[in-house]
Amino acid sequence: MPGLEDLYREIILDHYKNPRNRGQLEVPPAVRADGHNPLCGDEITVFVELDGDRVVRVAIDGQGCSISQSSASMMSQAMTGRTTDEARALLHRFKHMMSIADHDHSDEPAEDIPLGDLEALQGVVKFPVRIKCAVLAWNTLAQALDSAAS
Amino acid sequence: MAAIDVDALIQDFPLLSAAPEDGRRLVYLDSANTSQKPNAVIDAMGRFMRESYGPINRSAYRLAAAATDAYEGARNRVARFINAASADEIVFTRNATDALNLFAQSWSRAHLRRGDVVVLSHMEHHANIVPWQMMHDEIGIELRWIPLTDDGQLDLANLDDLLDGASVLAVTAMSNVLGTINPVAELCTRARAAGAVTMVDACQSVPHGPTDVQAWGADLCAFSSHKMLGPTGLGVLWGRAEILEALPPMIGGGNMIDDVRLDGYSCAPVPTRFEAGTGQLVEAVGLNAAIDYLDTLGMDRVRDHERELTRYAIDTLTAAFGDDITIHGPSDPELRGGVLSFAFRDLHPHDVSQILDEYRVCVRAGHHCAKPLMRILEANATVRASLYIYNGPDDIDVLVEALSSAGDIFGF
Ligand SMILES: Cc1ncc(COP(=O)(O)O)c(C=O)c1O
Repeated sequence: MPGLEDLYREIILDHYKNPRNRGQLEVPPAVRADGHNPLCGDEITVFVELDGDRVVRVAIDGQGCSISQSSASMMSQAMTGRTTDEARALLHRFKHMMSIADHDHSDEPAEDIPLGDLEALQGVVKFPVRIKCAVLAWNTLAQALDSAAS
Repeated sequence: MAAIDVDALIQDFPLLSAAPEDGRRLVYLDSANTSQKPNAVIDAMGRFMRESYGPINRSAYRLAAAATDAYEGARNRVARFINAASADEIVFTRNATDALNLFAQSWSRAHLRRGDVVVLSHMEHHANIVPWQMMHDEIGIELRWIPLTDDGQLDLANLDDLLDGASVLAVTAMSNVLGTINPVAELCTRARAAGAVTMVDACQSVPHGPTDVQAWGADLCAFSSHKMLGPTGLGVLWGRAEILEALPPMIGGGNMIDDVRLDGYSCAPVPTRFEAGTGQLVEAVGLNAAIDYLDTLGMDRVRDHERELTRYAIDTLTAAFGDDITIHGPSDPELRGGVLSFAFRDLHPHDVSQILDEYRVCVRAGHHCAKPLMRILEANATVRASLYIYNGPDDIDVLVEALSSAGDIFGF
């Protein structure tokens, strides 16, 4: 059985207890998307503010477990400053790490973008029921980017 | 009346008496979700399939007759178990959800009009909410809600107003989140006086104590085999004969008809008219064995065992964690069954259950299919430990040990 230390890494607990970029952004200029996990009732709202093609600010609201909250916190940091294309590439890379095929990029291998702190979430893959928690914020961000693009 | 000897009883349950893994035995605290199965049930189903399996109701040969007897025998067994007036009042369904839907949809379409009132409570399972909401959308029935008191009991202060002019009262006998045992007989009496038909969601009560549907004075009730040691795939709708006679079947097909011509059909008598298609014969044999097992134990003893274990659990958890644990629902074990939903510090239930799993403690983390109630508790989710005949104080002690380590991991 995989050990809990694979799941509850130091960095994850730190982001859980001290979440970065918590709060709301004004809409517009920001866009927002709501995500929820029907299994556990977790709810998350992701706000994204773009300057042209670049993500300048991300904010996270809502509540959830340590995995969904820390993943959202790390994501908000990792996304800030990226172009929307880079943001989507990182999204793809992250889902790839979570062993999830994503429909938009089904055949493409994920680019080798450095994941930094996000690597800490690798251990989640060994706990399949928690993968949904880890990707909740990411799927919600994808919705926000889609609605910004449309 | 001797108490249940859990150590001996566990030997009847293969999963619970299996060799420990990593030095830990399975601590199953999720019986409100679904119960474990004793050998008596597993073997009865296997034996039946090996030795006497055949079709129900359709053929003249002896194997078929024996299968029909087994199926009808199970119906009889269920009737006696809940003190129904006759086996013809027992309808086999897929599960309790199926039974609750059959009544809500079919009764509403046949007997309710726009503005007619159905009274539910804030502690209902989605299975006794959503079907009525569907009928609200389809027919325009009005839904009224019995609220809760602060300690998680039904607040009956305004019951007469709520029941005034109501056509149906549909309410749970015991909450699958709070553990609260509701005063079903009183509710049914008052609803009947107001002219309402009464449906009792008995999913959490039938497996855990004596049931007498006639003493309740109810019109219908629903429960599931899989929560009472029986197999999945089988539920029960009990209805008083005259109510079932007035309930149109929802699913048409084989078995449920009396005659079919090109220009129409006529239905088989109750309860067969509700059992279209090939029935759950093997499952019915399993449920029969489960009821035999429970009856041999004695349902009064089952209730006593769970009440005392609930008392132990509340006392032990409170002593160990004080204000760090909030157990929802009534604190008096006399008023509740063995369902303990709680908040532990500010840890998310998902994280708690993940850590408990390391100790092989199985609890449910989530909204328990009662989201309206969760909103009232102001929780997205809770941890729920639920007890049954095969749990003892040792299981609670392991729960406490595992919860302590959850606190450690998160640095509390
Ligand atoms: C109170 C209550 N009602 C209804 C149900 C639905 O039972 P089933 O899923 O077996 O149809 C459950 C079980 O989850 C329950 O606890």
